[in-house]
Amino acid sequence: MDMDAAEQDFSRALVDEGWWLASGIAGLYGWTHAFESLVQSVDRLANAFAAQDGAQPVHFPPVLNREVLVRSGYMQSFPDLCGSVHSFRGSDAEHQALMAAMEAGEDWGPHLAQTAVALTPAVCYPLYPTLAGTLGRDEVVFSLSSYVFRHEPSQDPARLQAFRMRENVCLGSADAVRSWRQAWMDRAQGLLAALGLSVSLAVANDPFFGRGGRMLRANQRQDEGKFEIVCPICSTAHPTAIASFNYHQDKFGVAFGIRQRNGEVAHSACIGFGLERCALAILRTHGLDRARWPAIVRRQLEA
Amino acid sequence: MTAAAVGSLEVQIDHVEQTVRSVLARLAILADAASIDTDRDLYDAGMTSHASVKFMLALEDAFDVEFPDELLKRETFGSIGVIAAAIGKLLGPR
Repeated sequence: MDMDAAEQDFSRALVDEGWWLASGIAGLYGWTHAFESLVQSVDRLANAFAAQDGAQPVHFPPVLNREVLVRSGYMQSFPDLCGSVHSFRGSDAEHQALMAAMEAGEDWGPHLAQTAVALTPAVCYPLYPTLAGTLGRDEVVFSLSSYVFRHEPSQDPARLQAFRMRENVCLGSADAVRSWRQAWMDRAQGLLAALGLSVSLAVANDPFFGRGGRMLRANQRQDEGKFEIVCPICSTAHPTAIASFNYHQDKFGVAFGIRQRNGEVAHSACIGFGLERCALAILRTHGLDRARWPAIVRRQLEA
Repeated sequence: MTAAAVGSLEVQIDHVEQTVRSVLARLAILADAASIDTDRDLYDAGMTSHASVKFMLALEDAFDVEFPDELLKRETFGSIGVIAAAIGKLLGPR
């Protein structure tokens, strides 16, 4: 079966067998209680490790100050993935023009104006501006989760426009955050393999935009800035990333004025589990009938 | 290659180098673009990855060339000298 057919079949099965609710838009779904329970179980397992790090839990909504997209360089790297929030701010007459455009089936975007917020593109982005100044300890670790938005409509059920990540973020010296990331790569592989998933670790790159992006992709791979744990979902030849491990060097430290206690710019790393993707990997590996899953897998997810 | 041809190639590389420096100066990527050593590592001198992307695109504009995919990597933009050599090759003999 080719990949497109495999993706469509799996999406349809998820809806037909009571896991997903279709929205009519590619890459946008709702979840039944069954799927949401599975997501929450994965999150609980992923987050159990965070406690060992002494990670401080923090919580943000899935929208952020749009300035963060500017200062972080997100718009230079991923302009095609961004989600900017717009709203109506005009007069009565302009409102009438908006309604007329909608009724005529015209593009009504031009009648709206940009707001101060954008959709969160990655869970850790709202965190960095709150850390401006000097870190309270040599190494600080946070745990956070939220919905993120990526404008990349696709038929692939594993490539959603709105999905959740469980992230852990570490800031401190280059050595400290790199060894923290390495420790997470080891334990995340163990955690996912224990769920019966066929996982492997690979050097990866972010989908930087354009020809300039080709250079950034090559740099990131050369620097081993990003690793992913991949697992077959719709294809064994092209397994899907279900967790990622990113060393940002001092990029966010510089962008948001975050310093180590010794006065040097803070380095940072984040590790993230794609919660829906992990759930999909489980469903793909063990089947859509939960009763038939291996007992050991069910036990872990129910514990 | 004749002595005259070698001479004209040197003139061309010199000219290319000057233009590379002026692009670097215009983008204000490094403070000492005009005087920085031809072989000095630009990344060590403070050029970020994002700055190198801007630099690459501006160089394509300035020389009306397009870097082929295999040159879109850090090493190509490592120093003024390396950049000038790469652009010299793209421009070909004039």
